Amino acid sequence: MSAITSKIFNAAYAKDKFENFLFIVPAVLIFSIFYIYPFFDIFNLSLHEWNGIDLSREFVGLQNFQELIHDKVWWMSLWHAAFITIIALTLQNALAFALALACDREIRMKRFYMVVFFIPPVLSEVVVGLIWQWILNAGMQNGEHIGLLNYWLAKSGLPQLVHNWLSDPATALPCIAIVHSWKGFGWGFIMLLAGLRIIDRELYEAAKVDGAGSLSIFKNVTLPMMVPVIFVVVVLTILGSMQVFVLILSMVGHGLVYHTEVPVTRILVSMSETNRFGYACAQGVTFGVILVMVSVVLKQISNRMKQE
Amino acid sequence: MKRFFSLILCLLVLAGCGQVKKDPNSIVVWHWMTDRQKAFDKLALKYQEQTGIKVQFELYAPSDVYSQKVVAAAQARVLPDIFGILDKKSIMASFVQAGFVADLTEEFQKDNSVWENSIFPKALAVNRFEEGNIQKVKPGIYGVPIDVTNVQMLYNKKLLQKAGINNPPKTFNEFLEAAQALKRVGVPVLVSGWGEHWLVDCFASNYAFNIMGEEKIMATYRGEVPYTDPDWVKVLQIFAVLRDKGALAEGIVAKPNKYAEQDFALERVAFAFNGSWCVNVYHDMNPKLEYGVMLPPATDAQFPLKIWGGAGSSFMVNNTSQVKDKAVAFLKWITAKEQQVFLSEETKNLPANREALSSLPAILSEFAGAMDNTTHPKVWPINETPLVSEAFDKGIQSIIIGEKTPQDVAQEVQQVKEYGFKKAKRVTTQ
Repeated sequence: MSAITSKIFNAAYAKDKFENFLFIVPAVLIFSIFYIYPFFDIFNLSLHEWNGIDLSREFVGLQNFQELIHDKVWWMSLWHAAFITIIALTLQNALAFALALACDREIRMKRFYMVVFFIPPVLSEVVVGLIWQWILNAGMQNGEHIGLLNYWLAKSGLPQLVHNWLSDPATALPCIAIVHSWKGFGWGFIMLLAGLRIIDRELYEAAKVDGAGSLSIFKNVTLPMMVPVIFVVVVLTILGSMQVFVLILSMVGHGLVYHTEVPVTRILVSMSETNRFGYACAQGVTFGVILVMVSVVLKQISNRMKQE
Repeated sequence: MKRFFSLILCLLVLAGCGQVKKDPNSIVVWHWMTDRQKAFDKLALKYQEQTGIKVQFELYAPSDVYSQKVVAAAQARVLPDIFGILDKKSIMASFVQAGFVADLTEEFQKDNSVWENSIFPKALAVNRFEEGNIQKVKPGIYGVPIDVTNVQMLYNKKLLQKAGINNPPKTFNEFLEAAQALKRVGVPVLVSGWGEHWLVDCFASNYAFNIMGEEKIMATYRGEVPYTDPDWVKVLQIFAVLRDKGALAEGIVAKPNKYAEQDFALERVAFAFNGSWCVNVYHDMNPKLEYGVMLPPATDAQFPLKIWGGAGSSFMVNNTSQVKDKAVAFLKWITAKEQQVFLSEETKNLPANREALSSLPAILSEFAGAMDNTTHPKVWPINETPLVSEAFDKGIQSIIIGEKTPQDVAQEVQQVKEYGFKKAKRVTTQ
């Protein structure tokens, strides 16, 4: 009897399993076709020398990866992306958090500010790049500065600060990083504000009753409760900033020597300017692996923080 | 019932995966020429009225995005009936060898080569693969030029007068003197879209021809002359001199050509280095702009200064198109005198058809006057590798911003060249 029952249960279990599997089949299929297959195909391409058009591809093994290790411009481009990311993590997220904290309080015209802060992220990166290109323009006409920033500096008695912002290696990348942060802070603002809104107000009241000051409440209540949201914002900031390129193309075109190169612009150069698809794929694979590693490390940190 | 709907859904999905049947009376053309879309649409309408064949001009801009789209379409085997290849000749050769581009030699040579003879030979040359070409492409003509272009210098008449300059400079020294005069009256001197590498390359190439001549340039590309040769250093020195004399507009090094065109059209700068397509662009931006055309001022070196030109926009016929013959017929029609005159008047570009030259506006005639001085990478027997070109162009940028000396850049470019040779040897031995 028990053997029969067990068989029936096993059959029902298998049926259940099969039905569950059927539910995820479409997702698995889509993921395989659009993510797993392209990844392996790109890896396969990275082992070849190919100009993107020829019918034949030359197998070169790991030569593209070896070349990449010695490619100084590639590593420089990674550093540039890291620099933009560091600025975004600090400046952008600090600004987003400060504004989210301000908007979480009962202030006048709160909704208006929320809309204004969310305008930069919804603008196209090309548009933002072009607007800032004009603001930072270093040209002159009839003795007047064309660029808004230089014009303003000259008019407000600070002509010594007038500068060739996008054509000077010392300022081009910081300018791009600042514009990227300006464009991106709205996302962080919205997410952090949403995080602040779900913190139970009773916690604040209890802390106040216990005599905690504003700083103490922020340190002991707000910040610990916001850790999961901050983590998500940090991960998204890192992934978004490491992959920035449209803004760069629209602000400085194909770049100021190599000073504004980031990994994605290098991949684009390899593909469309030097017609080295195999090398571009090797760059793509390496960059992808680096991003995955960064995400894994962040996940570990987050897990540890949750345990604590 | 569920099964029935599932079956219908599967059939629909499968049907969607199938090839769309091509309308035998329609031709699709992909292009990148934003300024010509309206004129193309008018011509398409006229062609449909005359022949009943619908021509659809699809615009994809800017040109670098267009290039990527064409390469991607070639990989996916979804190229349109007519398209252009904006890339280097080696890439065009790959397109031909992969069977994407139709050989039009027979069509050009029909009826005693009447079609071939109607087109400027220099414009046709960029689409021609000669006997014994290094790309090993079957000799023939693989594209149809629809216009001719060349890249020269433009000067603003009013701004030159403001600086007391009555005639545009003819020599490099005269140009430097003009630059000083312009600086004295606060007018920026020269602008160009040197944020786009090809324009830097083009300017440098003009002076390379002037300083060392074609033979030595080609010998360099073959690896027989190093970039550290004094003549190449002299070419790079041109940029250092322009920088030191303050002859370059602020921000020129990262400026896309669109912005450079805007600067010149809005009379912010006295000189521009730009192609003949600028006539249309300047007209749109500032119809009252008074300007003239001049060759880049030559140094006193012994060789003639050559400018890039001859090569205009060209269209290729998709070799696998189901309407190949109709596509060829349309290209014959669009390069006939009547249509070329229309295109030239509407878009202010130099026509590819020789007979259409008679009705050119004055400024275009000035451009056309320099056609004998033109050359183009696509007609050279050999081109520099893209990696070396990139190092060369980026090197020039670093000279302009004062980061490196011409000697430093020459050495770095030579290192990249030697690395390329070593790599090629390694691949060959493998």
